[in-house]
Amino acid sequence: MALTGIQIYKFLPKTNCKECGQPTCLAFAMKLAASQADLSACKYVSDEAKKALEAASKPPIRLVTVGTGDKKIEVGNETVMFRHEKTFFHRPGLVIRVKDSAPADKVSHTVEEVSNYKVDRVGLTFGIDGIAIQNDSGNAATFAKCVETVASKTSLPLVLMATDPAAMSGALDKVAKSKPAIYAATKDNIDKMIELAKKYACPLAIRSSDGLNELAELTDKAAKAGVEDLILDPGVRGFGDTLVTFTQMRRLALNKRFEPVGYPLISFPGEGAASPDEEAILAGQHIAKYGGIIVMDHFSPATAYALVTLRLNVYTDPQKPIQMKPGLYQILEPKATSPLCVTTNFSLTYFSIAGELEAAGWASWLLVCDTEGLSVLTAWSAGKFDADKIAKTVKGQNAAEKVSHKNLVIPGGVAVLRGELEEALPDWKIMVGPREAMAVGGFLKEHWKT
Amino acid sequence: MPVEIPIEKWTGKIREVKLGGGKRKEIVLGGESTLPFLSFEGSFPHPPKVGVEIQDKEPTGWSQSLLHAWGDAVKDPATWAKKAAEYGAEVIALRLVSAHPEMGNTGAAEAKKTVDKVLAAVDLPLIVIGPGIAEKDNAVLIAVSETAKGQRIAIGNCEEKNYRTIAAVCISDGHVAIAKSPLDINLAKQLNILLTDIGVPADSILMDVDTGALGYGLEYALSIRERVRLAALGGDAMVNMPVISHSGAEAWRQKEAKASQGIPAAWGAVEERGLIWEELTALTVINAGSNLVTLLHPKSVERIKATIHKLMGKK
Repeated sequence: MALTGIQIYKFLPKTNCKECGQPTCLAFAMKLAASQADLSACKYVSDEAKKALEAASKPPIRLVTVGTGDKKIEVGNETVMFRHEKTFFHRPGLVIRVKDSAPADKVSHTVEEVSNYKVDRVGLTFGIDGIAIQNDSGNAATFAKCVETVASKTSLPLVLMATDPAAMSGALDKVAKSKPAIYAATKDNIDKMIELAKKYACPLAIRSSDGLNELAELTDKAAKAGVEDLILDPGVRGFGDTLVTFTQMRRLALNKRFEPVGYPLISFPGEGAASPDEEAILAGQHIAKYGGIIVMDHFSPATAYALVTLRLNVYTDPQKPIQMKPGLYQILEPKATSPLCVTTNFSLTYFSIAGELEAAGWASWLLVCDTEGLSVLTAWSAGKFDADKIAKTVKGQNAAEKVSHKNLVIPGGVAVLRGELEEALPDWKIMVGPREAMAVGGFLKEHWKT
Repeated sequence: MPVEIPIEKWTGKIREVKLGGGKRKEIVLGGESTLPFLSFEGSFPHPPKVGVEIQDKEPTGWSQSLLHAWGDAVKDPATWAKKAAEYGAEVIALRLVSAHPEMGNTGAAEAKKTVDKVLAAVDLPLIVIGPGIAEKDNAVLIAVSETAKGQRIAIGNCEEKNYRTIAAVCISDGHVAIAKSPLDINLAKQLNILLTDIGVPADSILMDVDTGALGYGLEYALSIRERVRLAALGGDAMVNMPVISHSGAEAWRQKEAKASQGIPAAWGAVEERGLIWEELTALTVINAGSNLVTLLHPKSVERIKATIHKLMGKK
């Protein structure tokens, strides 16, 4: 839990010297609490106070990175229980597990399929984030070989799953450079796993088979040994127990600042589900409720798309709606005679209207105004979607050069803008479209004359 | 290292609202004194219920997957309700689509007939939702309320601009009013105050705080439920009614749930996609505090019921 301005103020010199740029020490403290200032701006704060403030500003859930480069998975550093309190920051990683006991060509096939999977959503591209390889064979050489094969076929981050330190060591020898996660240290092997995590500088997952007491003991041990990039598996698997335990752990980390559980979680929905369908539902629960790295046993595009979409929903910043880039968008393959419609850059608004135009088979031009991510009526009432803005966008995007007509369809919700728009765009005819995106196909059918 | 589990001390509790009763099966919604399924710190006596939404008119534009699942049952609401009961529905939610001026403009007499038929076909609790046009809602729902008197059904929707008539018949016939508000905790509360002010008992209100589908505003649906639930558990007695979510209808409206052509291969198989779209839409709001979800596909009903069962800590 971050300190409040008042709590920070107690550590400051209280001289109101203004050298930090703020009028008073209290004002500076408030800025610090809001992360709008840096403590180094104060030359007079004591070392002791600095230490205390740094300790207090340490994130309650550590940010842990698996993998390297632009595909790395970063999880943790969450600060709230509920997304409306601020936002959830680091989207959980979706990982698919293969086993070294499976035929090599099957493993290769899965890895290639998973690695090549890409899907677009709200103008962004997503995929599966990593591959886990389990030492199911129990044989160290088989594991090392399988890990090497997988690594040669994917650039995704890896999770190495073995409880035998010798098997883990053999696999790390091959792939440690790519910073795979080591899964898992347990009470039986923790000393050796800590050694491996240190030697290869890889994040270490810790699994408890006996609840949070054992888990806290193990993480405390690892942290004291200097291994701080930890990922936690409290050993629960089903719907009810993961919801309860993950909630308790998030509360302990955030509200109690209980450091031994202040790390991201790893979960295995396939182990808590009776079927692949149920696995997908449980993975969805882990996305909404505190999962960090979610290791699944089944890959299917339909499930992956749904989970990626859910993750995007849950991890959207409530204060920053997903926005489209303003511009002139083409629906299907519009001609110069195709309809021209205007809307806002709130992604949901855009996708609703674009989807309806497409579904109704209307090749058309969709002009998207910068309304700072607000929907039609909200933007209108906030003065961000008015005649002036629309006229400027029509001109700025050179809409007149793309179409051979001068007809502009505006959303029915802002029918009141028609008069002003006709003044702002004197040679254009303004058509008032339907209030609901759903009705746009029917509207154009009735009113659009080419 | 002993870990002390943090317990939240909630002062509020969700109201219990009963549907059905008498010869009809009775269900109890709400009653919990903690967040969904966290029974380690409070009581969570009644698992969320799963209803099936049916309509009084053969649906148009529906996904093949849904049509295939229900077959000819979609042509007759009574047959449909019966089949839904066989598939495990705990509630039937009947939408009077045909009363909409553009969907047939049927009147009070037809609505009464349909409701009578459905009530006779199944012994499950019933929800009846009007076509969503104020005048028509009022006209058909009065008849519905009268004919279902004594069966304690839920009737909707009461909205800020049109609640008096529906609320009045709910009071006189002993039904539950569904209060619908648009994703806003203050408006939800305001509507509950209006309803209780004119005499609807607080334990005869279900809140529909609006929902969104996966990929289409589900995050708003999730957050409004969590906010409402936290406020209720914090002691606000004007938002502590059970929450209903029409997740199925929302999910299956989306292209992602039904399109099989002209879409990227990465979207995967349509049948599987439609189901998971509905299931994640439902699960997310259940975990955020919904006490009743209505769904469209029998397979989702089965899976979401199994999920709730497991969330209640049962094997």
